[in-house]
Amino acid sequence: MFLENATVDSVTQIGTNVFLLKLISEKIAYHAKPGQFVNIKVSDSDFPLLRRPFSICETDGDSFSIMFVSIGGGTSILQNKQHGETIDVMGPLGNGFYLNDDFDKAIIVAGGIGAAPFPFLIKELVKSGKEISCFTGGRTKDDCITYEMKNVSIATDDGSLGFKGNVVELLASKIDPPERGKNDKIKIFGCGPNAMLKALQKFCISNNIDGDISTESSMACGFGICQGCPVESTTNKDKYLLVCKDGPVFNVKDIELP
Amino acid sequence: MSKVDLSVSVGSLKLRNPILLASGTVGYGNEIAEFVDLNKIGGIVTKSLSLKPRKGNAPQRVVETPSGMLNAIGLANVGVEEFLKTKIPFLQKFDTAIICNIAASSIEEYVECTKLLTTEETISAFEINVSCPNVKEGGLEFGNDKKAVARITEEVKKVSTKPVFIKLSPNVSRISEFALAAKEAGADAVSAINTLVGTAFDINTRKPKIKNVTGGLSGPAIKPVALAKVLEIKRNVDIPIIGIGGIFSWKDAVEFMIAGASAFQLGTVNFVHPNISETMINDLILYCEKMKITSIKNLTGSYIL
Repeated sequence: MFLENATVDSVTQIGTNVFLLKLISEKIAYHAKPGQFVNIKVSDSDFPLLRRPFSICETDGDSFSIMFVSIGGGTSILQNKQHGETIDVMGPLGNGFYLNDDFDKAIIVAGGIGAAPFPFLIKELVKSGKEISCFTGGRTKDDCITYEMKNVSIATDDGSLGFKGNVVELLASKIDPPERGKNDKIKIFGCGPNAMLKALQKFCISNNIDGDISTESSMACGFGICQGCPVESTTNKDKYLLVCKDGPVFNVKDIELP
Repeated sequence: MSKVDLSVSVGSLKLRNPILLASGTVGYGNEIAEFVDLNKIGGIVTKSLSLKPRKGNAPQRVVETPSGMLNAIGLANVGVEEFLKTKIPFLQKFDTAIICNIAASSIEEYVECTKLLTTEETISAFEINVSCPNVKEGGLEFGNDKKAVARITEEVKKVSTKPVFIKLSPNVSRISEFALAAKEAGADAVSAINTLVGTAFDINTRKPKIKNVTGGLSGPAIKPVALAKVLEIKRNVDIPIIGIGGIFSWKDAVEFMIAGASAFQLGTVNFVHPNISETMINDLILYCEKMKITSIKNLTGSYIL
């Protein structure tokens, strides 16, 4: 974990209100793993006071990018960062996706800005020769992010693009039922709103498919001291897990989302 | 080598410098030690310990508010036994004051925790949390009751072999009366202040942003309140004060010392700038040199009204 004054390389718009911020930090870029995050002090002032967590979206040599939707506040400050400015960044933080399981086919499932950690993951999966399919969804077509995805299927709640319905329903319509026994070499990787992740957990468990989900929580520190980001464990009811330190990526069987 | 002497005393506890890390913002030291050389600061105050482990409150536990944050962690901690077994071995590697914070829901529990901890030589002092706003039993119920504060202080002092500091609530009309009650019951110092009770609503769902409904407000937003409370204690009660509340820079820390604090604690700032406790040492030296202060002790209560 490093505390760095990273230099802004560029801010690029990749969708409706969706941006990539590319930052130069050799240490963070070199040590990062797919699914890890950085905690960013967006401004030097008291607004925002706390750091903001962002998934590491991709790395490129001595730089890495984060993907964000500009929704005002801190994100509009990020949107307006200029080349050459520095930003105080802490990272890489947390645990990434677990890639050492025995699987041949990776299925990526993203809801809205939940697409953020996947470009980095996809690059790693390609390197290790996995077959990849991507499912991305949102309320409308403007909310669906396909950046760097492969073999993409799209779902929108309002039917403005692709399948009408949610992304987990779309996934279910494309996967063989468990009784055919073809799913044991599949691993699902999901990221998105909690409601979507809960549906995805249910889908994975009932179809006996392994899966990792990347979760989000409000947090103050990002490295385990504030205890602000608890998530219920399925195995130990006496103690919460922390999204920042025990996650943000968890196996679908390990947590009970709120 | 600087000629400025940064060492201070809080009652009988001698500190290398007045910089302490506040309870609940540094866990049991292991995570923050990745950013700070704990041997260089005055000491750390552990996360509040209770007799048995506590799971803490359900999420959402934290939310940012203007220049501050609300938290309702609910005293999640490993419990005294686990602390002694698994956390002390790490802490004893450091040459720094280890102040153990205790939070309990009954006087008996405070006493029991103190008894178990006081034999551990790594622990330098106790800070008794009588003022957590986020738990149902104990917490503010005690912090709002002078007799309860006096009683807890007295009973803990009977069994403690180490200095006892009482962490006071700002959610009272006259904090100095509580400081006086603690002093008369034998407290060695008071820590002021704990968080202020606050809340925030989501205007779309109309629900509180914190699951516990209310939380404790901390950060720069509370600094003026905290300074006024420290000053009130200093002007009315002769007891050492550890100043806490929204310190984000060395300048804030100097203000607390001027207002009457012998030492100070960094809290919320550790979440944002986890290395600040170490980086501010040099700033304090430079300030003292500039002001021709040879010993930082002389700053305590040096206000000119």
